Amino acid sequence: MNHTNQANRSVTIIRTGPQALVEDLGRPGNAHLGVPPSGALDQVSLKLANRLVGNPENAAGLELLLGGLTLKANTSCTVAVTGPPTEVRVNGRLADSHHPIHLKQDEVLEIGTPQTGLRTYLALSGGIEVDEELGSRSTDLLSGIGPDPLRDNDVLHLGTPNLPEGADVVPPHHALQTLVIPIRLGPRDDWFDDAETQLRQGSWTVSDRSNRVGARLDGTKLNRRDGEIPSEGMITGAVQVPPDGQPVVFLNDHPTTGGYPVIGVVDNDHLRFLGQARPGTEVRFRPVD
Amino acid sequence: MLLRRCGTDALLVEVDSLSEVAAVRAALEHLDGIEELVPAARTVLVKGALPQVRDALKTIDLTKTPAKHSREITIPVIYDGPDLALVAETAGVTPDEVVELHTTATYEVAFCGFAPGFGYLTGLPQALRQPRLDSPRTKVPQGSVGIAGEFTAAYPRPTPGGWRLIGRTETTLFDPKAETPALLQPGDQVRFVVA
Repeated sequence: MNHTNQANRSVTIIRTGPQALVEDLGRPGNAHLGVPPSGALDQVSLKLANRLVGNPENAAGLELLLGGLTLKANTSCTVAVTGPPTEVRVNGRLADSHHPIHLKQDEVLEIGTPQTGLRTYLALSGGIEVDEELGSRSTDLLSGIGPDPLRDNDVLHLGTPNLPEGADVVPPHHALQTLVIPIRLGPRDDWFDDAETQLRQGSWTVSDRSNRVGARLDGTKLNRRDGEIPSEGMITGAVQVPPDGQPVVFLNDHPTTGGYPVIGVVDNDHLRFLGQARPGTEVRFRPVD
Repeated sequence: MLLRRCGTDALLVEVDSLSEVAAVRAALEHLDGIEELVPAARTVLVKGALPQVRDALKTIDLTKTPAKHSREITIPVIYDGPDLALVAETAGVTPDEVVELHTTATYEVAFCGFAPGFGYLTGLPQALRQPRLDSPRTKVPQGSVGIAGEFTAAYPRPTPGGWRLIGRTETTLFDPKAETPALLQPGDQVRFVVA
């Protein structure tokens, strides 16, 4: 293998699609500095893509809102596309998502728009090499930490690749039309009249104002006391209820403190489904102990 | 002290004062397995190691002031803020006396939040404890030094804000590429000096 190429592995972004962000597993552990955890919203899909190309699971890849990215390989590399099932083409030929794809120098990878779900992940062998900020390469859209969202013609440098390690089990993720999300009451369920019944009986849809900061839900108004709490620490998955009674589920770029009562906290394992939920997806909560 | 459940692996510890917040933070910060420890005005959010956290809280003395943090930080300030005259008038003193009051006190970082590296500092002299502006500014310049209620702070980057601004600093408060990105961390002692 050519040594010079190895040190200068890169791809050129021809078209970013609606939004292309560099994400790894984020920078948790910095909330006391006011720094959100950030990182891929669907970490299961990013880890899978990384494994498929022989990367450590925490390597930086791309999170693509509704797919749509086209890139050219400046050196040969292995890539994998995960998340919802998505059409992928190499120099116009159909290729498989959820599978390692070998790109030769100058080959063009085109990622289509997924038919369901919201976020497609792309891993590249060697991982994306950008400077770490607080131990992570993730773009945090709330704080402006990490690299800027990608633009057309950006060149992404790649690290040193490893050999892929064997096969992997790869069920593509099909986004559901209705999400039923387990939630644990607290810390501020006492701000609500019978919080459990309100959550159990309500129904909501994912708003088009949702983003990496939070999944905003429209629907049943949650009745709460008036007023605000002195700002307190917030964790990912917290369901905050502003005075209008419409809940917001905090996702990875959430503010580290907030002053609206949190009625409950969504199980971590289910947050990725909210990260993949298109506006209009129906959401119900299932309070659990 | 009240322990409030926060999902499967976190607790919100609610207490009555900032000094009790500091006591809780000090009692927990050296435990192994803590993933996040976020002090705020009347609470400490702790994620991870919950059995050890519950044990530590069983024997905590909330009246015990934690040993002072070794870090002492000095921030030079140019006192020419747009609200300096308003603050002086509200306090019934001259602008020079506002500067004197603000630079004489020693502050402690009670907690961070609002934006990366934004530290809420306690220890403000009584005359400078004043309400926020009636109408917040849409953009407060980076480095602005302001007061609000019992707190003073310096803005690490331009953000909207309603604090009364008395000056500005050229000190870098937050640099995500630095080895220690945030100048101010909970527990740090801070003094302001005239630049």
